[in-house]
Amino acid sequence: MTFLFEGFLEGLQMVFQGNPAVYNAAWVTLKVSFGSTLIASLIGLPLGYFLASSSFRGKGFFTVLLQTFLGFPTVVIGLLVYGFLSRRGPFGFADLLFTPSGIVIGLVILAFPITTMFTMTAVSGIDPRAREMALTLGASRQRTAWTLFKEVRFGLISALLASFGRVASEVGIAIMLGGNIEGYTRTLTTAIALESMKGEFGFGIALGLVLLTLIFITALLSRYVQKL
Amino acid sequence: MKSYSLILSILLYGFLVSSVAAYERLKLATTTSTANSGLLNYLNPVFEEKSGVRVDAIAVGTGKALKLGQNGDVDVMLVHAREAEETFIQEGHGVNRKDVMYNDFIIVGPASDAAGINGMDDVILALRKISEKSSLWFSRGDDSGTHKKEMILWKESAISPSGNWYRGLGQGMGKTLLAADEKGAYTLTDRGTFIALSTGNKIGLIILSEGDSRLFNPYGAIAVNPERHPYVKYKLAMKYINFLTSTEGQSLIARFRMKGKILFHPHNGS
Repeated sequence: MTFLFEGFLEGLQMVFQGNPAVYNAAWVTLKVSFGSTLIASLIGLPLGYFLASSSFRGKGFFTVLLQTFLGFPTVVIGLLVYGFLSRRGPFGFADLLFTPSGIVIGLVILAFPITTMFTMTAVSGIDPRAREMALTLGASRQRTAWTLFKEVRFGLISALLASFGRVASEVGIAIMLGGNIEGYTRTLTTAIALESMKGEFGFGIALGLVLLTLIFITALLSRYVQKL
Repeated sequence: MKSYSLILSILLYGFLVSSVAAYERLKLATTTSTANSGLLNYLNPVFEEKSGVRVDAIAVGTGKALKLGQNGDVDVMLVHAREAEETFIQEGHGVNRKDVMYNDFIIVGPASDAAGINGMDDVILALRKISEKSSLWFSRGDDSGTHKKEMILWKESAISPSGNWYRGLGQGMGKTLLAADEKGAYTLTDRGTFIALSTGNKIGLIILSEGDSRLFNPYGAIAVNPERHPYVKYKLAMKYINFLTSTEGQSLIARFRMKGKILFHPHNGS
């Protein structure tokens, strides 16, 4: 028990002393997590709405495709994106490997099925009469969509939160595409992987505490926004 | 609605600004043992200060580091696998290899030393004993510089290690040492990672065999061939390599201490 206890104490110390390595990693995590959640939402929210509210041939197929993406092993995502971004790959010219942007690309692929699915579920849950009601009252197509969005904002907030939590906790993609470069692409999770490999348990705890705090703050913020 | 678009604009602005006000970056592939030693955190800031360039050190196994250079995904490499480096240059992937520094490998194991190799100067005899006794041995198994050295030593002992006692972990040196400590296994390690872990009571393994000239571990810096990959930052890579081999770089390496112990010896002995 002393091992755990000492590690925890050491971790707390590092957090409150403002250890720069810890906070640099936190900043990188925030950057890539916000960035990827943002883009995944820009893809997922309209896509989810579209899939939920229209019927077309092949809709079933797209839903199955989405389910597959949802269960995609993250190391495979990392591997495939690496293949694309490497100099020998088709997008090598963009010089995105071992940069935060490279990580974001991988995380977006991880996150957009989450945002899409959550949105689909939320939109499907709307009373179908709400749409008819809006149209009857003279709302345009866009106004109708916006009205329905307001109905499902809880579901959408959950989509953003779930996506953020997932990408902030991701290790494999961040290491493979980012290269764990100190101060540049080293996230809280990749730093934990590194420090635990070096036997630095206390340091790992410090990083873990900060990560949990970030997730907790996000949960608080989303609760606040929901109440608006 | 207004507050949402304000937040969005701030975020996008921040993103754009951070990408525009960017430093020039040099990508260095190096090994996990080199990076974990802390040497680069000591050396690179000096270079960054002088050149105004950021050095991105990507720490992977030697095999991967060379592969990154071969693919042109990095600009320069600092590795320690002489044979593989020679092949790399012969195949035209890298140019201008320079000797930077050296240290050594050691065989470590449990204090109980069931194979009885403690104090053996001859590493080949030590390995033969371990194999004879089928003592638990953990290998890196990951094509790293350490792994390559290990396989060369087994070859010299005319042994093809296999069986229940020989385990390839596919992990970095730190993890391998931690595992060997847990299970009471022997392993080959670079001195640096061992020093880092053994001080502070993180592991109980001890040094059992050291000093054999075959355990010599030289480090070389290689620039990725700009003829193969025209976009690599060749000039910067050479600037970095020249810094490492300069009087300043070499004396910094000589002065570097880990937990108070000398870790690397500069090639141009100071």
